[in-house]
Amino acid sequence: MSTNKESKNQGSGLSRRDFLKLSGISLSVPLLTGSRVIKVAGEEVKVFGPGKVPITLSINGKAYTANIEPRITLLDALRHEFDLTGAKRVCDRATCGTCTVIMDGKPVYACSVLAIDARGKEITTVEGLNENKTLHPIQQAFIDNDAIQCGFCNPGFVVAAKALLDKNPNPTPKEVQKELGGNLCRCGIYMGIQAAVLQAAKG
Amino acid sequence: MADYRWPKIEKRELIGKRISRVDGPSKISGKAKFTYDINRPGMLYGKILRCPHAHAKIVSINTREAERIPGVKAVKIIQEPGTEVFWAGDEIVGVAAVDESTAEDAIRAITVEYEVLPHYVVDTDPQAAGDMARPIAEEIEGDPGKGFEEADVVVEGLYGMPVVTHCTFETHGSISEWEDDENLLVYISTQAVSGIADQMSEPLNMPAGNIRVKMDHMGGGFGSKFNPDRWGIETARISKVAGGKPVKLMLERDSDQMVAGARPSSYAHVKIGAKNDGTLIAWQSKSWGTGGMGGGGRPPLPYVFDIPNQRLNHTAIANNIGSARAWRAPNHPQACLITMAALEDLAAQLKMDPLDLFLKNIELTGQRAKIYQEELLKAAELIDWKNNWHPRGDQSKGPIKRGLGLSLHTWGGRGHGSNCDLTIHPDGSVEVKIGTQDLGTGTRTVITMVAAETLGLPINAIHLMIGDNRFPVSGSSGGSTTVGGVSSSTRRAAVDALTQLFEKVAPTLNAEPADLEAASETIRVKNDPNRNLTWTQACAKLGGMSITVRGVNPGPGNLTSSGVGGVQMADVSVDIETGVVKINKMIAVQDCGLVIDPKLAESQCYGGMTMGIGYALYEEKIMDRMTGRMLNPNMEFYKLAGLGDIGELVVHLMITEDHDNRGVIGLGEPPVISPGAAISNAVANAIGVRVPFLPLTPDRVLEALA
Repeated sequence: MSTNKESKNQGSGLSRRDFLKLSGISLSVPLLTGSRVIKVAGEEVKVFGPGKVPITLSINGKAYTANIEPRITLLDALRHEFDLTGAKRVCDRATCGTCTVIMDGKPVYACSVLAIDARGKEITTVEGLNENKTLHPIQQAFIDNDAIQCGFCNPGFVVAAKALLDKNPNPTPKEVQKELGGNLCRCGIYMGIQAAVLQAAKG
Repeated sequence: MADYRWPKIEKRELIGKRISRVDGPSKISGKAKFTYDINRPGMLYGKILRCPHAHAKIVSINTREAERIPGVKAVKIIQEPGTEVFWAGDEIVGVAAVDESTAEDAIRAITVEYEVLPHYVVDTDPQAAGDMARPIAEEIEGDPGKGFEEADVVVEGLYGMPVVTHCTFETHGSISEWEDDENLLVYISTQAVSGIADQMSEPLNMPAGNIRVKMDHMGGGFGSKFNPDRWGIETARISKVAGGKPVKLMLERDSDQMVAGARPSSYAHVKIGAKNDGTLIAWQSKSWGTGGMGGGGRPPLPYVFDIPNQRLNHTAIANNIGSARAWRAPNHPQACLITMAALEDLAAQLKMDPLDLFLKNIELTGQRAKIYQEELLKAAELIDWKNNWHPRGDQSKGPIKRGLGLSLHTWGGRGHGSNCDLTIHPDGSVEVKIGTQDLGTGTRTVITMVAAETLGLPINAIHLMIGDNRFPVSGSSGGSTTVGGVSSSTRRAAVDALTQLFEKVAPTLNAEPADLEAASETIRVKNDPNRNLTWTQACAKLGGMSITVRGVNPGPGNLTSSGVGGVQMADVSVDIETGVVKINKMIAVQDCGLVIDPKLAESQCYGGMTMGIGYALYEEKIMDRMTGRMLNPNMEFYKLAGLGDIGELVVHLMITEDHDNRGVIGLGEPPVISPGAAISNAVANAIGVRVPFLPLTPDRVLEALA
């Protein structure tokens, strides 16, 4: 990858390679609100933090604004700043899927996305699945097939199931196992999950 | 006296029907608030600095830098210098700050100096344990020497399973806030809503009555959440240091895996003696295991089969791995594996079908022999044992070997002490209050069904409130005791409340109270259902005074009993080139008395089997003997079974009038007991050799084959 291409990285405005170059001087960056621009390798780069910066996220069709440190994950921003507590932190390192949200149509682990990198993306959380107060057919299928026990993994599972059916409306049992293999449950509701997703696909 | 007995099967409107769980909609929409989800105004976030050494003495603690960080509101030393620490991850200092990242910064700013002491974390060799080994006196039944002499065949084997963790999805933790100097409010993830205040009052030196405990939903306990734990007590203290502000302290995943409970390991050298026809006549076991410094539990050997002549030795090994906790069916999965694997190895030696060996000795299972026999035959039919079983070692060509295995288990499950307040209001609304908790087992649903059934009302007519220690005391949820406890207290409260309502409305219906019944949202005359009042009309007769009745368990009427059996069979494929074990199918045949909601009861079985596949194939708390720390305190290397790992699970509940007559019996533990044994036996049947220890990971399978 060329330096030129890296510097076009939009995310936080700072590529990994730039960060490595910068890390030695990062302590000299003052605690500012908002971003400042510095020159790195002859290019201007926006730097955020380490203090709080204002960000706006588009979640379930609404704009949410908060002042957060750039190190805060999307998951923690959802839960702590916006009280959207459906997505949960369980493994905190992209293993269990309990924090799954949909970002620009794709399921992502919110524990492993920085909130600041989620700016400008359309985010759907479990709270967005039944905004008009009626349960989404996938949610109803989970209830019908008792794909619920303690309930802690359910928000992540149902969001992942929606992302799957949006992409593949008629999955085979094998495809369900593969596509939802990134979500775990401790109580053991997998038989119900399998049946629920297949029911929702038919419905 | 009122008739508390369960309604006759043919008269039931709800009990026995496949009702969806009542809290399903709130859980599936993300609205259900777990302790971890509660955000209180002005809430601070707590974190704990933990000891990195498996055994050490604290020399000094310096918290000055942490206290200076803006946003840090409390720093509290939990264990003072001079204290000896016995496992890695033990609590040293607690902090609270305005947000999680600041609390983490504070933890990093604390320096602790330790004097590191020798540690011991392995448990596979009792000879190496030295003075950490604590042998228990030998137990002898019958004449084992003579038994082995008279045996035609004697088979010896080594079996065992390591320490596993609970890995509850919601970690342990609580939110504490002081409402004033004397009153504490605690939101906590617990299996014991009614019991927490009593455990916090002494260390906090305050009356239990001043501690309010609340919990709406909890993300898994499995036996590890009966206590407030030191971190729960310290959260209340940290909140006090921070001026009483709410402090949320939920364990991180790594600490939860390290310190918040583990199932003891269990290993045994077994010798078993039998006649050529398979009759069991002698058992000898030298077992050992650990559950941390406490040494762990002792598995009840031999399991279920009461073999006539026995010699039992057990050694508890103390070590520096963190403390043990009850883990769904304490000691049973271990005893089950050791016994059922030894029996299967004996069957292989005798060139006998293990199903025939089990049936041959079924009388040794005691009073439930007939039920076990029925369950064995049912499970065999469901897995087509006759056609699919082969003698040990799949002789087919290619690297994929297939095999069948079986196991059976037992559990008690009697209902615990429970109090239930049921109120019928003049407007017809019904409130039920119990200081219990729903772990995801369906407790809310069961209570609601029993109240609605008894009052002749639909499910949604019952307003149930649980999860608050202001409600009537109810037992903690452990040992499969909740369903019996709460269904009985609810039934009795509802029957008594109804009796009072009948007295109020009998004159209007021109009938005796004893001649009335509640059904289909009416109060009606039993032999003349057209003489009736709607439920609302009937309640209006209360004349402005609600009826409130307390139902108690234990109490009158034979609503519950104890003691269940179950059989599981597994069909597996093993790749002998890679060592990977795959579950094709598992069958659970289970009795549990009167089943209130078969849909949820089946879920308990699916869940037990799934968790069982986890500990059979993947789960192990791996300790590093050099550093004394857990190597996999996470979820990428502490593996749980996933959607694609469980094959096809089939559950058959023994729902018959005879079983129904036994009343309600708990089901949380039984289905998790047999999977390890059934799967281990199926793997031995497939590959022709025993893999001694769970989990049956590829390295262990390949080592057994080598």
